[in-house]
Amino acid sequence: MIKRPKPERFRLRRTMMFMNAQKPGLIKDAYIYGCDSIMLDLEDAVAENQKDAARFSLYHALTTIDYGSTEVIVRINGLDTPHWQEDIRVCVAGGADGIRIAKCESAQDVRTVEAAVEAAEKEFGVEVGRTLLMAALESPKGILNAYEICSASDRMFGVAISGGDFRKCMQTTFQPDGVDMLAARGQMLLAARAAGIQCFDTVFTDLDDDAGFEAEVRQNKAMGFDGKSLINPKQIRLVHQVFTPTEKEVRQAEKIVRAIEEQAKLGIGVFTVDGKMLDIAFVPGAKRTLKLAKACGMYEGDLV
Amino acid sequence: MEICKTASAGTLESSDCLVTVEPGNGISLELSSSVMNQYGRQIKATVLETLQRLGVENAAVTVVDKGALDCTLKARVECAVFRSCDASAENIPWGGIVR
Repeated sequence: MIKRPKPERFRLRRTMMFMNAQKPGLIKDAYIYGCDSIMLDLEDAVAENQKDAARFSLYHALTTIDYGSTEVIVRINGLDTPHWQEDIRVCVAGGADGIRIAKCESAQDVRTVEAAVEAAEKEFGVEVGRTLLMAALESPKGILNAYEICSASDRMFGVAISGGDFRKCMQTTFQPDGVDMLAARGQMLLAARAAGIQCFDTVFTDLDDDAGFEAEVRQNKAMGFDGKSLINPKQIRLVHQVFTPTEKEVRQAEKIVRAIEEQAKLGIGVFTVDGKMLDIAFVPGAKRTLKLAKACGMYEGDLV
Repeated sequence: MEICKTASAGTLESSDCLVTVEPGNGISLELSSSVMNQYGRQIKATVLETLQRLGVENAAVTVVDKGALDCTLKARVECAVFRSCDASAENIPWGGIVR
């Protein structure tokens, strides 16, 4: 049986690719695409009368297939279905890294899942606290309660918006400039940052619209998202490109951190480098760039 | 486990298999596979081992294989057996007889 290493609450998650847990052809070699996380789906991708079969398939995939450093998350069925409890049992027994709570609307939803996860960890002899959680916000109520959801549990590593359901609730449709979900994305980002967890954008479903996809990914990056949910391997490369810092950004960040540390030793607080004003406030951003670069394998220095 | 009624699990898609179990006397296995010449014996062994692990002693089993990995074969056999007992929806012994 494959023993996966203990999941890291905060790691690189630029791309999270959805995959139907019921389709062996998809899940057997999902790690070859190089996405940061895969999302094995027990929810919408699986027909109602195949939920049981999907769990057997998931259990053996989790315990047999070596996904290496690709994170393995499972999307479970909603709390309003008869399926979610058994979904949690199989995720924990199989050793999934994390569980995505579908249609999450309140901190109570997170706590309900957390209690079931803990019970399953005890039942299957898994270290209590090992299994991470993330929430998908799919309704106006979920967005309005984003902060309480994000801060509901120490297991929570991130939050994601689910565009399809959300747009339906809001009586709108996809807009190329993102105005349909601008407020929701913004509110969710605020909540995630305030709670100190990661934030992921929804899937882009038109696989033929490359320009539209790129525009959305760039907007995601500009808004401050950590990554994006994907439906097809061909979407991975662009997201990695956009979410990975450029060589120039990495060198700049390195220079900033070094300069500030050196100047601070000399008792200088504010100064200019390459014509730009710098002070201590620039350090966290520069260090974040270096951490991201390190996670992407671009930086091997010791500043972070 | 007793096979109480006919049940099946799986599909005929590539990398999958369709497993059907029916009540029977002793174990009988009818196997067809797109990779019969290469893997026929291994598939048969995996199916029989899985049935034994589940404590199935009487069943007529049909497997139509489309190149499924061992883990998929096991998953489909287990699901079909649990379905035949109306026990596939909850409280599965993950890590017990299902492993």
